[in-house]
Amino acid sequence: MGATTNRQKPPTLLALGDSAVLVEFADHLDLATNARIQVLAQAMRSRSMPWVRDVVPALASLAVHVDPVALGFTDPVEPVRLLLAQCLNDELALGRTGNLVHIPICYETEFGLDLDDISQRTGLSVEQVVQRHQHSEFMVLMVGFAPGHPYLGGLAPSLSVPRRSAPRVKMPCGAVAIANAQCVVYPFEIPGGWSVVGRTPLRVFDGNRRQPSLFEPGDQVRFERIDRGGFDELARKEGTE
Amino acid sequence: MQTTVQDCGRHGWQHVGVVPSGAMDCASLQLANALVGNSLDLAGLEITLRGPTLLFQCDTLLALAGAQFGARLNTGGHELPCPLNRPVLLHAGDRLSIDQPRHGFRAYLAIAGGIDVAPTLGSRCTYLAAAMGGFEGRALKKGDSLRLAGDAHDLAHVRFDQLAGDPTTAATQLHSVRWSVAPRSLPRDEPTAVRCVDGRHRHFFTPGALAAFEADSYRISPQSNRMGYRMLGARLERAQAGDILSEPTALGTVQVPADGLPIVLMADHQTTGGYAKIAEVATADIGRLAQLRPGQEVRFVRCTLAEARALAQAEHQALQVAIQAIRLKYNAPTAGH
Repeated sequence: MGATTNRQKPPTLLALGDSAVLVEFADHLDLATNARIQVLAQAMRSRSMPWVRDVVPALASLAVHVDPVALGFTDPVEPVRLLLAQCLNDELALGRTGNLVHIPICYETEFGLDLDDISQRTGLSVEQVVQRHQHSEFMVLMVGFAPGHPYLGGLAPSLSVPRRSAPRVKMPCGAVAIANAQCVVYPFEIPGGWSVVGRTPLRVFDGNRRQPSLFEPGDQVRFERIDRGGFDELARKEGTE
Repeated sequence: MQTTVQDCGRHGWQHVGVVPSGAMDCASLQLANALVGNSLDLAGLEITLRGPTLLFQCDTLLALAGAQFGARLNTGGHELPCPLNRPVLLHAGDRLSIDQPRHGFRAYLAIAGGIDVAPTLGSRCTYLAAAMGGFEGRALKKGDSLRLAGDAHDLAHVRFDQLAGDPTTAATQLHSVRWSVAPRSLPRDEPTAVRCVDGRHRHFFTPGALAAFEADSYRISPQSNRMGYRMLGARLERAQAGDILSEPTALGTVQVPADGLPIVLMADHQTTGGYAKIAEVATADIGRLAQLRPGQEVRFVRCTLAEARALAQAEHQALQVAIQAIRLKYNAPTAGH
């Protein structure tokens, strides 16, 4: 994963207030750097340091939220730098990639609210849009905005459309939507301005599940096309009807 | 206006978009817990602006800390003012009516043994935006019935007996003690000084914007909530335009969206965001900010990271001193009992 080139540019550590440190790897999004951030964040979390409350990977940076009491109110930058260095070694040893997650999706008109619009904007047929979405090799770049809400990179470049000018006030639960080079899945009925291609019957986030979030940072994601019958059956099982 | 079940927060889940939430003024919740002999992170009620009326179905030891609400206790046919910042023993059938704060914005009600809602991801706190945790993931409403710890009744008596070195004031029918602790986190003057360290995008703003941010006062907008405090005042102009790649945020991040009006991220904030960070509120001043209500004024005062850490340490130590003093009361030898 390009470790040699990455090692040439060490990340920048900055205070994010008095109780968190931001580790910036790049000022732009690139998928190789993002993948490396995911592995590092996972390694940093798995060390379960008593002073680390949260390790939050994002597009080109990660944050370490600390417990100032556990650090005796000293500067958290150096401990974070040390933890990072230890995990950089882990990363080289492990070279780990995320889990492969299969997400059933129904692209039928009732759920693919913006397929016609995307078709017009891209000059592709609706079926081509569906095919290219389904065959995109996605990975989870970040989970944020809402619990379990993933930002997926890897969308086929031919599907790049801008955000809609008028956001929807309520996205359907499980709506799968695209904008620019990314794809998102809405875990709750929340506002959203991305173009909807379909819907998954799976429960995207459930705080009572052992693994509450369907998507974890660094996961690889493949969408699997299901028809309306398959959607209904799974929705019944998941209780998302 | 709003009462939710809160504890000291749900840590360790921000990587899947779950913010810690928890008490907006955590020191006051901890103080309330200490007053009833609880460990500091048990779940209590966060009562904002207007309090509920609570009917107790078993004997209960409780304490109210934080904002100075008016509270009345209906016990055995008598109506008495319920004192704040001290443990009070209630009996089954007693009714506690909490109205409005004279000073501050949020009170914390702790009960011996805590409030027994099922933990979600290791915490009992309510995260309203995701309808998670607390009591059915929402604010309490009329008619709700909250479970207390199974041994709440026994705990109330065991602990109140431990306090008997300070005799009860039976003459007034009120079972409490003659001491109280000083409230913490209550703002003393207005505009309230809110200390903050530099944000990482500070250099994105014009010198005029930076000067205004520090010199002018800001009024807290009515559109503020547990997610964020929106500020009304000088609009802060950026020297360089352009989007910021979405990145992690923190409790106290002061972000500036396109309209130029700063927003301070509070307990239920989003874990990531793409707005410029002009400043970060010092951890030590978060509770004090949370005790301000819409319409009140703040002034952002710049400090260094070392100062912010020293302030946090001083706050922490002062809270520990108060908590130790309370614990001594519980362990005091009981005179003639």
